[in-house]
Amino acid sequence: MAEIESLKSEVRSWIESNWDPGSSLVEWRTKLADTGWGTAHWPEEYFGKGLSPAEGAEIDQLFADMGVLGVATSGVRMLAAATILEHGNDAQKKQYLRRIITGEDSWCQLFSEPGSGSDLAGSTTRADLDGDSWVINGQKVWNTSAHHADYGLLLARTDWDVPKHQGLSYFIIDMRQPGVEVRQLKQMNGHASFNEVFMTDAIVPRENMLDQPGNGWQVAVTTLAHERRGFDRIRGGGALAQLEGPIFDEYRREVEIDNEPYKWYPQRAGRVDLILERARETGAIDDPVIRQDIARLLTMSQAAQWTAGRARAAQQAGKPQGPEGSLGKLAASNIARLASRVHTDISAMDAMLTGAESPHDGVIAEILVSVPAVSIAGGTDEIQKNIISERVLGMPKEPRFDTGPFRDVPRNVSET
Amino acid sequence: MAFKLTEDQEQFRDIVARFCRDKSPTTAVRELMATEAGYDAGVWQQLCAEVGAVGIHVPEAKGGVGFGPVELSIVMEEFGRSLLCSPYFASGVLATTAIAEAATAEQANELLPGIVSGDVIGALAVSEDARSFEPERLQTVAAEDGGSVTGSKHFVVDGLNANLLIVSARLNNEPRLFAVDAEAAGVTRSAQASMDPTRKLARVEFDNAPATLLGNSAVDITPIYNTALVALANEMVGGAQALLDAAVEYTKLRVQFGRTIGSFQAIKHRLADLLLQVELAKSTAYQAAQVLADEGAAGAKASEAASLAKAACADAYLEAAIQCIQLHGGIGFTWENDTHLWFKRAKSSEVFLGSPNQHRERMLQAMGV
Ligand SMILES: Cc1cc2nc3c(=O)[nH]c(=O)nc-3n(C[C@H](O)[C@H](O)[C@H](O)COP(=O)(O)OP(=O)(O)OC[C@H]3O[C@@H](n4cnc5c(N)ncnc54)[C@H](O)[C@@H]3O)c2cc1C
Repeated sequence: MAEIESLKSEVRSWIESNWDPGSSLVEWRTKLADTGWGTAHWPEEYFGKGLSPAEGAEIDQLFADMGVLGVATSGVRMLAAATILEHGNDAQKKQYLRRIITGEDSWCQLFSEPGSGSDLAGSTTRADLDGDSWVINGQKVWNTSAHHADYGLLLARTDWDVPKHQGLSYFIIDMRQPGVEVRQLKQMNGHASFNEVFMTDAIVPRENMLDQPGNGWQVAVTTLAHERRGFDRIRGGGALAQLEGPIFDEYRREVEIDNEPYKWYPQRAGRVDLILERARETGAIDDPVIRQDIARLLTMSQAAQWTAGRARAAQQAGKPQGPEGSLGKLAASNIARLASRVHTDISAMDAMLTGAESPHDGVIAEILVSVPAVSIAGGTDEIQKNIISERVLGMPKEPRFDTGPFRDVPRNVSET
Repeated sequence: MAFKLTEDQEQFRDIVARFCRDKSPTTAVRELMATEAGYDAGVWQQLCAEVGAVGIHVPEAKGGVGFGPVELSIVMEEFGRSLLCSPYFASGVLATTAIAEAATAEQANELLPGIVSGDVIGALAVSEDARSFEPERLQTVAAEDGGSVTGSKHFVVDGLNANLLIVSARLNNEPRLFAVDAEAAGVTRSAQASMDPTRKLARVEFDNAPATLLGNSAVDITPIYNTALVALANEMVGGAQALLDAAVEYTKLRVQFGRTIGSFQAIKHRLADLLLQVELAKSTAYQAAQVLADEGAAGAKASEAASLAKAACADAYLEAAIQCIQLHGGIGFTWENDTHLWFKRAKSSEVFLGSPNQHRERMLQAMGV
């Protein structure tokens, strides 16, 4: 306790003598990278102080309390940083980590492919070694922010003669090269939050592989684990976004760009929070049938929150994860679908409208056309059910058809 | 009742289906839905002149084609399957039925031929609040002499495309229908942005708009409503079948984990359940058409069958849409994939003319329960 307090007073006095809201974002964050105070839980040799994650969190909180900006964290960059910290070599850490936290470089994730979504390890993007370069050919999809990314985290196949998980490697690819073409992908709700990325003889220098050839899947698992952990993280903004000064203006622009793809995410979860307000303002609150559905929805949503609470409590007590931990995503799908139905019933024929004509300035329409995503994105409901039945309930595994050399595994006809 | 179409009816279905395949590939649907009018005038003319689809269910004595609700339902099912973009529901179902039910034979013979030929597009303006198609308290009023109407309507399907509006209004406290020239002074129309871009909606304001009173007595909107519900139910099962077909086709092709996803039992069972739901819904839609053919559209039997079908078909259509997206995975959520075209039609049809809950209640009331 005393240690934490003396640490905090050290940071406080450092901030007091260094923080300058008149400087540029990059100048300030460069200072943070040089001293290690922006990412204090990182190792000392790589822009940190070697502190524990708990101590790091205390310091981040102190920054926020003092109205001081921290390092860049929005978008995919922190997944890149975590992956590089865990699997990168010394040169890679030195080269990439600094510009990640100063916000100078943006990153994207290049995992999913048109042919391999649920079966992520079935990736068919190929990387072939030619002299000192890997030559990349293939297509990725669902890549958030790829259209303004400087670098991509790329999963590609380097060996076709071993089982699928063993033939993958993980690369850092420079997005700003002729062999990489990024196209925006429009969704059924009218937003274009994602991209397709086409790689045609794109070049990755040999030294840009993370970890060893064939270890790509393990590296990807690290990225995905961090992604899952960050899933509920409140994205940028917050109280700091209210403060005045040039550095805050710059920060707000950064957050706005990085948050743009996620604007409709609350709607895809069904907006249970709007249900009672909508029922009251439309008079649907007096309809006995709709009341039953509202009650059912609120029950479902409360129960899911309490289940998540049980999972957190068990985790904090250091107990092994019980079934409650795996169920949240599935519950979220059910809740979103029911919420969409109840919003429809409440809105009656107004549910036929869209844009500004739709209630709540279009939010209701956006719910109705966004909810289908929730049971697909981040692993489909069917895949969640397979995981739950096999890992939690211990049911027998499905017979597998994809355990031999990847070359011989049946795949979609359009793929090489 | 008949569980089977006659040979002539089967042939007619083939003709309509072929027309839809030729004229309404999804490339055409996408092109048209992005326009304000939302339909192709040439295709509309052919639909009227060659297929004879408009007025198909109206007796010849009233200026119609002289077939019945079953033939109307055949047309609707094929249009639902193909999402053919046209003012058919507005002009061929709602306005046509309203005129046939409410107008005198003389008036019908004056108004319907233009609609049947496709030269005139009709629309029905009755809805005034989001919770009901047939308002209990009609706010729109007619002048005492019945020569003009004042009020405001919304959710008027193809209201902007129409030349002729059939409008409900109170005349001496009785609900009546009026024919109003859509371009007349006192009529103001504006588009309502619809979630389903293949079904255009409008708001229409009437300010002492010149009107012609239809018929000689208070209008009973029930047969018009029931006919519209049955048409919509059949449209919905056509759409549901298209979605089921697309899901089956895709899951047979798509490979993950070294096998087609259709080989996973989880998916087979899902699609078997969906087939069951769609087939049950079809039976309700076909049965409702037959009840209208046998018993007329006005009675309690018609209301019971129409509402039962509307509720069942709406649920089946939405389920098919949800599952079709889900089974396509991420691609199913993209704009490029066609599934959302039907999803949006399913979603808006769910509440159009009343929600499934409302129709289950209406069905029970029609049964005297
Ligand atoms: C809104 C949205 C956001 C996304 N964001 C990202 C992102 O940020 N990053 C990223 O990498 N990806 C992202 N994705 C992609 C997403 O992860 C994939 O779409 C998803 O994993 C499904 O893969 P797929 O689309 O290839 O569908 P497929 O895997 O082809 O699935 C098609 C259908 O088959 C079912 N299926 C597949 N395998 C089985 C099985 N073994 N048993 C039973 N059923 C099965 C699926 O459940 C689904 O219903 C996003 C997708 C959406 C819609």
